[in-house]
Amino acid sequence: MPFTRDQMAARLADDVPEGWCVNLGIGIPTMVANHVPPTREVIFQSENGVIGMGPAPAKGHEDPWLINAGKQLITLAKGASFVGHADSFAMIRGGHIDLCVLGAFEVAENGDLANWATSENDTAPAVGGAMDLAAGAKRLWVIMEHTTKDGRSKLVERCGYPLTGLACVRRVYTNLAVLDVVPEKGFVVVDLAPGVTLDELRAKTAAPLHTN
Amino acid sequence: MINKIVQSVADALAGVKDGSTVLIGGFGSVGQPDVLIEGLIEQGASNLTAVLNNAGVGRIGVARLMELGRVRKIVCSFPRSSDPVVFETLYREGRIELEIVPQGTLAERIRAAGAGIPAFYTATAAGTKLEQGKEAREFEGKRYVMERALPGDVALIEAWEADRWGNLVYRGSGANFNPVMAMAAELTIAQVQHIRELGELHPHMIMTPGVYVNRVVQVDRGGDWLTPEAG
Repeated sequence: MPFTRDQMAARLADDVPEGWCVNLGIGIPTMVANHVPPTREVIFQSENGVIGMGPAPAKGHEDPWLINAGKQLITLAKGASFVGHADSFAMIRGGHIDLCVLGAFEVAENGDLANWATSENDTAPAVGGAMDLAAGAKRLWVIMEHTTKDGRSKLVERCGYPLTGLACVRRVYTNLAVLDVVPEKGFVVVDLAPGVTLDELRAKTAAPLHTN
Repeated sequence: MINKIVQSVADALAGVKDGSTVLIGGFGSVGQPDVLIEGLIEQGASNLTAVLNNAGVGRIGVARLMELGRVRKIVCSFPRSSDPVVFETLYREGRIELEIVPQGTLAERIRAAGAGIPAFYTATAAGTKLEQGKEAREFEGKRYVMERALPGDVALIEAWEADRWGNLVYRGSGANFNPVMAMAAELTIAQVQHIRELGELHPHMIMTPGVYVNRVVQVDRGGDWLTPEAG
């Protein structure tokens, strides 16, 4: 059985150690926070200037002035602080974020990331903070479905869509597997989802897979 | 006596000229100077360049300003939203110019303008489509893109509290683009929830010193949920 989205987020959360400052992108990445146990102190940074996000607010305790990058209402963790956008992105661009987790359209075996624009629609592309995070975070992990809805592999030899960042992805968590992106080598399988075989993974991946 | 408080939204926006570059604070609806944006719609300036993170939602605020044909160009990081109908229509029909800027580069270009820095180098967007047309240079073996300062003629910003010197205190995640935009415009106009006596705001809490602010207008919406204790 492939991982569900929640299981993917939980699998990634297992690999986040205490003490890291982590920025989570919109979508599946946001779910990662739900799977880090409160006993493990991880600082969640939101690009709009919240350093130390807590869980979603309980009903009746929402504060309309507290939102995350996805514009969802949030709470603050003990020890939280606020900064403006220039300082928030100085933190991101200056290499102070231990881990950034983003979704993607494509990840290439050289670590290139494409996650902001496709040529398939005529609406304007929206980059947000993705390029800043790709260039500035200490490490970038991608969490995404292994294939598109019509079955195309999102792990590729070279990205076809416009790039967000070059050689920036270190690890990929999909519904089928966990893979490291190793310079000069490519995708190395770290872990398979329960019941998924290496042959099946190879058949669904448009790039060579290595095993250690 | 220094007194930057004006009595109406119309007074706050007086003199905004056609062709202005307008920096508009906020991230989502938080910290967004919605009453000043409505005031700008009333005020009538056109052929504007709007600099803000998002390109408007639905048919209100900035989206309304665009729908009325008053915005020539938008400079933003994320034109998509829950309801980007106005922007997408104008963009598809070629009736609005778009400059996409990575969010951190947007904030830093505005900050640079406020700090007297004409340009700077950043790794963001290096090697991507958004590097095109820009100077690039290597430092210590890594590629960087030169980005130019982005000053405004006018900044519309939102804060929680102000005094007559124009000192500003923000609330929650409401600072976002407001402090840098306040620094970067010829005319900075702040919409605030509360006016305090001079000396009442704690110096440690003031994120934007009044030196950056030209006009302050109070927008009293009433209701307990906006009091400092409500959060």
